[in-house]
Amino acid sequence: MDPAIMPSPIVQFDNVRKTYQMGPNTVEALRGVSFDIAAGDYISIMGPSGCGKSTLLNLLGCLDRPTAGHYLLGGQDVSGMDDDALSAVRGTRLGFIFQSYNLIQQLTVVENIEIPLYYQYRPENECRERACKFAARVGLTDRLDHKPFELSGGQQQRVVIARALVNDPLVILADEPTGNLDSTSGVEIMKVFDELNAQGKTLILVTHDPSVGKRARRTIRLSDGHIESDVRH
Amino acid sequence: MSDIKTNASLLNALRGLTLARLQRAMRVGIRSLWLHRLRSLLTMLGIVFGVCSVIAMLAIGEGASYEAQEQIKSLGSQNIIIRGVKPPDEQKVSNQGSQSYVLQYGVTYADAKRITATIPGVTVILPARNIRDYVWNISRRVDCEIVGTVPWYPTMRNQPVARGRFFTENDMDARTSVCVLGAEMVPLLFPLESPLGKHVRVGGDYYQVIGVMEARGHEAKTDDATEQKDKSAAYRMFVPLETVKMRYGEILMRRRSGSFEAERVELHELTVKVASLEEVTGVAEAIKTVMERNHKKKDYQIDVPLEMLRRAERTKQIFNIVLGSIAAISLLVGGIGIMNIMLASVTERTREIGIRRALGARRRDIIVQFLVETVMLSGIGGILGVLLGVTIPFIVSHTAGMKTIITLWSPLLAFTISALVGVVFGIYPAIRAANMDPVEALRHE
Repeated sequence: MDPAIMPSPIVQFDNVRKTYQMGPNTVEALRGVSFDIAAGDYISIMGPSGCGKSTLLNLLGCLDRPTAGHYLLGGQDVSGMDDDALSAVRGTRLGFIFQSYNLIQQLTVVENIEIPLYYQYRPENECRERACKFAARVGLTDRLDHKPFELSGGQQQRVVIARALVNDPLVILADEPTGNLDSTSGVEIMKVFDELNAQGKTLILVTHDPSVGKRARRTIRLSDGHIESDVRH
Repeated sequence: MSDIKTNASLLNALRGLTLARLQRAMRVGIRSLWLHRLRSLLTMLGIVFGVCSVIAMLAIGEGASYEAQEQIKSLGSQNIIIRGVKPPDEQKVSNQGSQSYVLQYGVTYADAKRITATIPGVTVILPARNIRDYVWNISRRVDCEIVGTVPWYPTMRNQPVARGRFFTENDMDARTSVCVLGAEMVPLLFPLESPLGKHVRVGGDYYQVIGVMEARGHEAKTDDATEQKDKSAAYRMFVPLETVKMRYGEILMRRRSGSFEAERVELHELTVKVASLEEVTGVAEAIKTVMERNHKKKDYQIDVPLEMLRRAERTKQIFNIVLGSIAAISLLVGGIGIMNIMLASVTERTREIGIRRALGARRRDIIVQFLVETVMLSGIGGILGVLLGVTIPFIVSHTAGMKTIITLWSPLLAFTISALVGVVFGIYPAIRAANMDPVEALRHE
């Protein structure tokens, strides 16, 4: 992004509401949530199950549209975009890290990493080159042609991180990134996150592991669709 | 609303499709088909058998009708053939065999004259007398039909002379003893030497061989009226009509125990050539009228090769329609099989779809991915079917000796339809995949 507009927040949530129709009753998952996230910030979103964390993450990830309110990502209002435009936003401005990795099993490591580029229709050799570069960055150079099931959990999560970085996103969204890992791998992954943030990446972590949440510089606590607390530490 | 959107995105999907992207999508598709090899193969089988059976059946049918048509064509499409037939009730009398009897039937010279005189459009007329006898070369013998006819027989009946010459007007006028042999009987009579210039014996007379006809090709058995003449003349020898008239007269005698039987036949066959194809039907009607008026008994039969040809073509058309519907049904079944598997595959790969959507895949990307897979499945099935369908007629014609013809369009058509089936039956599963909610899809186990 142009440094001149850096002061303006990279993520702006303005009174965002989300309601679901579950049979006859309407469920309010988010009841007016507002917050800003500055570029380069490191945020954890915490809260008990059913507090709206997943909904918030889906909205942040442009996988879903808010029922009301506005969501500005990099200054662009994405809350009213159509499906194709949202796909483009996901593919160019967001990086996803999932709890269960979500790697495509029949593809190799390098092919998994290049998926976001593939859907931007970048030339094939450019995709491959970039994917290799990011695989090297997470220390997987010697595993490029392995299938995901041949890797350990920590390695798989590093593939996912490489995949989330490959399109040079504005924001990286991580959903319980250490949830499926043993403690050593978990710590390792958290270190990778710290490094990424040190390099200036904006990270948003959804977790209910306090030790993970504490590493972030700011914690947003959700409860029953509201922001309960927004603490910077 | 989402329906309109998917239709639009379907169009977009096809519009934004570059060759490079298609190639990539195909590579991805091959990968995922290969991942489920057995399933893909079984799915393909429906299309394979559909395509293969269409091509094979068409080839066999085409071969059979080709033979029939060739045979009819060899009679000449502008010709009308009137044959003398022993009337059935007379036949009974003669079979009693107790009385001596002279049976008179067949086409007469008067008929020939009347037809040329009264019917316009008739250009040439070709009389023929057929006599069954043995033809000898020293000790070799062939049971043969001796055809007494006129010099223009070869041109009119599309049966050219292969070696030597046919007899001429001079031979006719001089009643020379010359003959032209059918190609089929040459190896039997003259296995080692050229028959030209040699003599063959029929009864007590010798005929010089002046020519050999071209082989008539494979004489397929047809229960068509054309070839129903008793035990069909496989071997034929052509002799000038005048010579036959002189040698045999008009009464043929056959001795039986206690009686003898005689037949008085002027002409066995009369071929009428009509000036143009359009007039054939009309002239045939006219000839029928003329013949009916002058023959009390039904001792003749009128064959119109053109009509037989038309009938054969109509039969072929019906055959093709039947084949077409069989093909359509089998391809439909194959297509339903493919759709079924693709729907299962879409459900099974819900999570993959969710991941791809989360990572920036548009609806149309998902559509292309699944559509390419389906089309490849049916396309590869189609190619296998074409290969198999081309091989089967080949094997059939080698083992069963049946003629088969693979027309260029039948594999092309079958393949195109199979690919089309892929598109048609692939669209619904692909749209279903594309319409999945990414959030739901990611949550799918």
